[in-house]
Formats: sequence, C-alpha cells, structure tokens
Amino acid sequence: MLSIDRSIVDAIVAHARRDHPDEACGVVAGPAGSDTPTRHIPMDNAARSMTFYEFDSMEQLRVWREMDDRDEEPVVIYHSHTATEAYPSRTDVSFAGEPGAHYLLVSTRESDTEEIRSFRIVDGVVTEEPVRIVDAAVDPHAVQSYMFGQSPATVDYECSGR
Amino acid sequence: MAIEVRIPTILRSHTGGAKVVEGAGDTLGDLLTDLDSRHAGLKARLVTEAGALHRFVNVYVNDEDVRFLGALDAKLNDGDSVTILPAVAGGAFGFAAAAAIASHAVSRRAADAR
Repeated sequence: MLSIDRSIVDAIVAHARRDHPDEACGVVAGPAGSDTPTRHIPMDNAARSMTFYEFDSMEQLRVWREMDDRDEEPVVIYHSHTATEAYPSRTDVSFAGEPGAHYLLVSTRESDTEEIRSFRIVDGVVTEEPVRIVDAAVDPHAVQSYMFGQSPATVDYECSGR
Repeated sequence: MAIEVRIPTILRSHTGGAKVVEGAGDTLGDLLTDLDSRHAGLKARLVTEAGALHRFVNVYVNDEDVRFLGALDAKLNDGDSVTILPAVAGGAFGFAAAAAIASHAVSRRAADAR
C-alpha cells in the first residue's frame, strides 16, 4: 500500500500534464525507513520523449546526494505514460533499480481524468498495490482508498479541484 | 591505495549490506575486478558479458559520470570517491528502441561535453 498526501499527488499530476505529450518523471523523497513520501522533486526527462524517460545522470547524482545528506530515500519514483495505460512496460521493469521504492505511474492519455497506479518492482516481478490518498490538509484521519487491481483499462481516478 | 565506493541498495546483497566499501585500481575496470574478489558477483551486475558498463547503472568518479571519462577505462587516483546509482529510466516504448534512443542521447551528451 502506498499512502501519499493529496497535495503531492496533485503536484505529480500537474507535472505530468505540463510535460504532456512527453513523459514526465520524478521522485518523492521521505525520511529513510518511514515509507512516507514527503518531498516532491520533479526531475528533467533527459530523453524528452513521448515514449521514454530517463533521469539526467548529473541531476540524479545531486538529488540522490541531497537525499543522503538529509537521511532520506526515494520513497516514490514516478513517471507518466502519455498514450497508454498506467502499467509498467517491459522497459520500466528492466530498469527498476530501487527495490524499496513505490513505482507510481500516471497515465495522461485522457485529457479530463488521470489514471494513477502504484507498483512494487523487485527482481523483475511487478506487484500492484493500493494507493491511499491522504487529505492531511483537511483531516489526517479522513482517507480514501483506491485499488486498481485487475481492472479494465478505463478505471480512472478523478482528481479533485481541477 | 584506497578508493571509497558507495553501493546502492539493490547491490548491497553483494557487500553484506554495506553502503560504503573500499577498493583499489588504476581504472574503474581494475577497481571493479578488485571489489569482485571480496564482493562476489558485484562486477557482473555492473559490466555486461561484452565487457561494457551496464545500461542499468550510473557510475560516477567524484562528481563526473564515467560515461564521459572513458567508462571502464576511467582513470582513478588514491582518495577518489566512486558512486554507483541505479539508472532511473523507462517508459512506454519497447526496450530495444528505448535503448537505441538512450545510447544516442548518451553519445550526444558526450559529444556536447567535449
């Protein structure tokens, strides 16, 4: 299960919309061992492609060092698919190198709704997990759960306030 | 001579969980061979069977990406710090095409750096 604040999800979706039709990518850092994403870091897609993303290696070194200095780790690694569903491609699985991270995918193929799904990718095995959006700004106990398992490709999560 | 090497989470199974290890070598290739003698299997995770640096990792000497320093032939000096990170990449495209684009991007950036 990925628990993530709604304001961070909104910022990720805004980043994905802004870069559409290119794929957008980034990280949400959190305190090491907490499994709690707290600091959103949009990254450049060095590939600037509609079908591929790649962190710029020098930007990644800076960001990874900064996380290390702050005793943080990459809790969420996200990217968008701009014409296909929010499910890891074979390329995504080949590259997945952070076994502790939640791999969040956002599909921006529909202009009015976003599909947001989260996965663990360990040793080439993809496991979908529920995404719990937390409304911390409103009430820390008010939560909604979404589960996008074995769903038809058209199950969408409607972001509020847009 | 000692070179500090920072190991990412995904490769710490080869270092007994250690985040930082030390090794020696005049080039990155030598260093990885030295490390592999104490941390078996580490080199195979970083170097392809064809003897090239793997696409799935980024390796840095101090603050430089080794792809711009000669990759496995990158020269090392005592006191250098080597950092290994998993490359973060992917996308909707098929792997072969993506790899072709990526290697093109790397060679383009390498050309820009010259």
